[in-house]
Amino acid sequence: MKPAPFEYHAPLSLEEALALKREHGDDGKPLAGGQSLIPAMNFRVAQPSILIDLNKLEELRGIRKKNGALHIGAMTLQSSTEHSDLVAQHAPLLHETIPNIAHPQIRNRGTIGGSLAHADPAAELPVVALALGARFRAQNADAERWLEVGDFFSGLFSVALEPDEILVEIAFPEMPANTGWAFMEIARRSGDYAMAGVAALLTLNDEKIEAAKLVYLNVGDGPVEAMQAQQRLQGATADAAAFAEAAQLAAHEDIDPYGNVHASPEYQRHLVSVLTQRALTKALERASN
Amino acid sequence: MTATHAISFTINGQPHEAAVEPRLLLVDYLRQHMDLTGTHVGCEHGVCGACTILMDGKPVRSCIMLAVQADGHELTTVEGLAEGPDNMHPLQEAFWEAHGLQCGFCTPGFLMTLKPYLEEHPDANEDDIRHAISGNLCRCTGYQHIVDAALLGAKKMHAK
Amino acid sequence: MATRYFGERIKRNEDPKLLTGQALFVDDVNLPGMLHIAFVRSPYAHARIKSVDATEARALEGVEALYTAEDLGDYWRTGVLNVGTPPIEGAVFHERLHPIIAKDKVRHVGEIVACVVAENRYIAEDAANLIMVDYEPLPVHIDPKKAMEDRATLIHDDLDSNLAAHVVQHKGDYAKARQQADVVIEREFVYDRGTAAAMENRGIVAEWDAKAGKLTMWDTTQAPVIIRNGIAGMLGLSEHQVRLIAPFIGGGFGPKILMFYPEEMLLPWIAMGLNRPVKWIEDRNENFYATTQERGQTHVSEIALKQDGTILGVKDTFWHDNGAYDPYGLTIPINTQCTLLGMYRVPNYSTEFTAVFTNKPITSPYRGAGRQHGVFVMERLLDVAAKELGMDKAEIRRKNFIPPDDFPHKHQIIYQDFSELTYDSGNYGPILDKALELIDYQNFYRTRKPQAEKEGKRLGLGLVCYVEGTGIGPYEGARIQVQANGRVSVATGIGTQGQGHYTSYAQIVAEQLGVPVDQIDLVTGDTDQFHWGVGTFASRGAVVAGNAIHAAAKRVRQKILDKAIEEFEGEVSQDQLELVDGHVQILGNPDTAIPLGELAQRANPMRGAVKPGTEPGLEATDYFGPEMGATASGVHAMIVEVDPETMMIDIKKYAVVHDCGEVINPLILDGQIHGGVAQGLGNAFYEELVFDEMGQITNASFMDFLLPTALDVPRMDTAHTVTPSPLNPLGTKGAGEAGAIPVGPLFAQAIEDALGLEGFEIREIPLSPRRLWELVEEHKAK
Repeated sequence: MKPAPFEYHAPLSLEEALALKREHGDDGKPLAGGQSLIPAMNFRVAQPSILIDLNKLEELRGIRKKNGALHIGAMTLQSSTEHSDLVAQHAPLLHETIPNIAHPQIRNRGTIGGSLAHADPAAELPVVALALGARFRAQNADAERWLEVGDFFSGLFSVALEPDEILVEIAFPEMPANTGWAFMEIARRSGDYAMAGVAALLTLNDEKIEAAKLVYLNVGDGPVEAMQAQQRLQGATADAAAFAEAAQLAAHEDIDPYGNVHASPEYQRHLVSVLTQRALTKALERASN
Repeated sequence: MTATHAISFTINGQPHEAAVEPRLLLVDYLRQHMDLTGTHVGCEHGVCGACTILMDGKPVRSCIMLAVQADGHELTTVEGLAEGPDNMHPLQEAFWEAHGLQCGFCTPGFLMTLKPYLEEHPDANEDDIRHAISGNLCRCTGYQHIVDAALLGAKKMHAK
Repeated sequence: MATRYFGERIKRNEDPKLLTGQALFVDDVNLPGMLHIAFVRSPYAHARIKSVDATEARALEGVEALYTAEDLGDYWRTGVLNVGTPPIEGAVFHERLHPIIAKDKVRHVGEIVACVVAENRYIAEDAANLIMVDYEPLPVHIDPKKAMEDRATLIHDDLDSNLAAHVVQHKGDYAKARQQADVVIEREFVYDRGTAAAMENRGIVAEWDAKAGKLTMWDTTQAPVIIRNGIAGMLGLSEHQVRLIAPFIGGGFGPKILMFYPEEMLLPWIAMGLNRPVKWIEDRNENFYATTQERGQTHVSEIALKQDGTILGVKDTFWHDNGAYDPYGLTIPINTQCTLLGMYRVPNYSTEFTAVFTNKPITSPYRGAGRQHGVFVMERLLDVAAKELGMDKAEIRRKNFIPPDDFPHKHQIIYQDFSELTYDSGNYGPILDKALELIDYQNFYRTRKPQAEKEGKRLGLGLVCYVEGTGIGPYEGARIQVQANGRVSVATGIGTQGQGHYTSYAQIVAEQLGVPVDQIDLVTGDTDQFHWGVGTFASRGAVVAGNAIHAAAKRVRQKILDKAIEEFEGEVSQDQLELVDGHVQILGNPDTAIPLGELAQRANPMRGAVKPGTEPGLEATDYFGPEMGATASGVHAMIVEVDPETMMIDIKKYAVVHDCGEVINPLILDGQIHGGVAQGLGNAFYEELVFDEMGQITNASFMDFLLPTALDVPRMDTAHTVTPSPLNPLGTKGAGEAGAIPVGPLFAQAIEDALGLEGFEIREIPLSPRRLWELVEEHKAK
């Protein structure tokens, strides 16, 4: 299982990388961690003609707190994020999620931006990005722009980057006060793509739910927000009955899972229902503390 | 398409320069061009861990890295663990004593995963170790003696 | 003798090389001028080949040669029948062998249609992707029953149906037994298995030295001698012109013993034709199709019992998914028939199977080799019977055990070694007792389970028994020599897959010669060193090769003693000598010690004479061929917690009590048990080859074909009882497959126990969280 031939560039600066991207457009595939791309190339299901390796761009690595958000460079390693105190403190949902991504060896090469730009519907990071309302900074040779998360994920393995753009930074806003969080997934084996997974946020106002976020992986074309479930929770008392109703809506109204070799759509719905209740319970615990 | 790229890196402490075709996988470069056949190929899609080597001290899967990507880095393979043929690394000694291998094909991958982990976590318990090696597949041992070997290895590595 | 070696937990001789990355596996062979091979494999499960256009591929730079079926000319052939039909009356067997390269038709996904030889594997794959094959797809058969019913679509056009084999065996009179029964339980079962997925895929290197007239092949085979002999014949060479080396093998588990894979027949011919060494290394994707696997059976079974739980008889009828060809004969389903009987007295037994060709890869034995299916049927029937009769599941089993004084126990049906199935020895009660103790059986039901239930947890206990036929013939051999430097060399033909032969065999020699284990060098799997033997499979290595080595070692020991007596000028008798630490000496008198190396030199003089009727040196060759297999036995027990919402499981405790007679190296034995259980666990709950209607495996990668990890396989408590085999001097029985055999029914029983749903029965393997959820939902809906 060897890859097909390709042209390779390892630019030493972002400027150089963007020039290459401008020149080659969609033919120039950015290579980040390669933990998804290179297996696909080994199977020859992906055959990019040009690879632009971003791994020498130190300027795209780093985690900083700025203006109430955590800014993470697109090429920051998942393992760096996993062990970052800043992340643990200011984005605990992200901190809880990352150990679920594959295995340490993968996280030693995989990047935050690479995973988000790859937009695998079964991936964990898009779900967290949607739950936290992340913002994405894209650059081309002339300019930069910020995309809202709602605009960023545009379909199965698709993101709204222009052919001459590279994702350079992601901002994860801090959660509002009185917010509890939980990330949970159910996978056949530790590190596998999950059969279903959820990122849950619960913002309380006394015992009432001021806002709720429920975002799921592997149940649609990208990260899926359970709109009706969220609506049901808003303003409700945070208790098991509300959670059960939200779970029912999430599982049977808000998602349209495809199923896969490990889980039928029905079983995925069932897991979504179970996970929703468990995640909300956990988020409530954390919000109350 | 067969234009080569110049790379330089350190391998098991020694500097090395080469010119490689971009699509050559790192594991193939090590095995075929450097005769470092201790690192093995099990799946070529990054799941089994038999190809695990250290890059800048951290375990990575060399079957899903390109040789060109080694440029500027420090690589360590299983051949770099022992000081010499009669002087194995304490972790290797532990695997020997605890019968932590049968066919031995997956073993270099386990050694390269465990060495940095046990250096950092001298007090790892069985559960910690099982988590640490959950990304390495073995078909022969059922893992129990590997875990025993790791626990013993930690003791040997940190013995003064 | 001062030091004991046999039975000791000795570190393995082979480990330092393996640990330091210095061990040679086939893919490590790198020869000057070597070329690399990639295959074009059929994406269709059933199709006619209309044309193969390789023009563009041949023109690609770096491509040296390219072969289709036509290019092989007279050399084109099919494989060889590995195991013929056993002498069972009325047995029907249609032998259909796989082609070296598909001609006219492909019958499973992955069959070779063309072969590319290039400078490296990358270019070979590029070229393979340029080859245009025009296929005419045909309807695909993936289900044995449907394949039998449909006579319009024949996988082998010269047969009148898709029947591969039909075998009926019986003992006693089941129909009569059924009439006399108080209770008859009837059930249907489905048991599926998967691919062995050894960490090392298959591989071959072939080199032809035209000047020396010598062909050398490195091959990941479990049967080096047989491959060498067969290849020699195919290529028109003498056996001594062919050297087959099976070096370190990265796990075999059965599929590496299929003899004469297409690639094995093809590579040496190409090497001779091109006069350059060639290498093919299977990749993981190919392995799912190109290497044999085991698959499923569906059983319609019944058991007839008395009210007190005594088994009167069993009847079992099953379909067997054979795959597209049947080079390995009927080993798997016959093992199913025989192993179903287990530890139990079954006075009346009727068993029938229909093996059917399907458009799927070839099935051949994988660790357990059909025993799993039989054990599942019997253990599940007993579980149902226990419930119906209100009996404890351990007690219904114990009640039916063959008593210890009823051995050898003849079963009157034919086993895979073509002899009548006979259990050589066994003592099952103590094994069960020990297992109950390890799993804390009484306490579990009295205290632990009820307590867990109060906490809202679902805990279940599983307990299953099995007998495993091991150590079959025909034979193995060994040559042992004391060298001039005092080290002892041992050569045998059997090969190894990682089970510690370099050490366990050395221990047998050490025990006889008093030489430390690390002074003994084993060579195996090199036909230039030893060219007689069969192979490592069917849990026979320790028994058959071990006993051959034992016999040869005893002869060398005798030669040492004879020579020593000569050295002591006849002033001592044999009983006054001892072999200690590489020396022979008068009992307790180290001043008289002669190093064995020196003795060996004296036995090979530069002057004087070697007496007629004797041989120079201290060397002997011997063979061992058991008249039949020795039966090992065991009990597995497990406590599992099931999350009733997600159906994810967590194994809390796992115990194995095993009896394989005398034990050579307990550390190695435990390793074999652990590894077997891990594969059994994989079979029960993780590994499943998912074929779609077109015969494609939809999960042909390690992403989706799930092998258990260190977080999925529990710590296991192992214990052993020893009931020696009377069939061989060492008293050993095999142990290689034991761990894998009973895990399916163990899971089914334990999970049923955990869920505790009235009337809920699990009758299939593999399970998974999704499948359990579906079964429970179905059950609730009834």
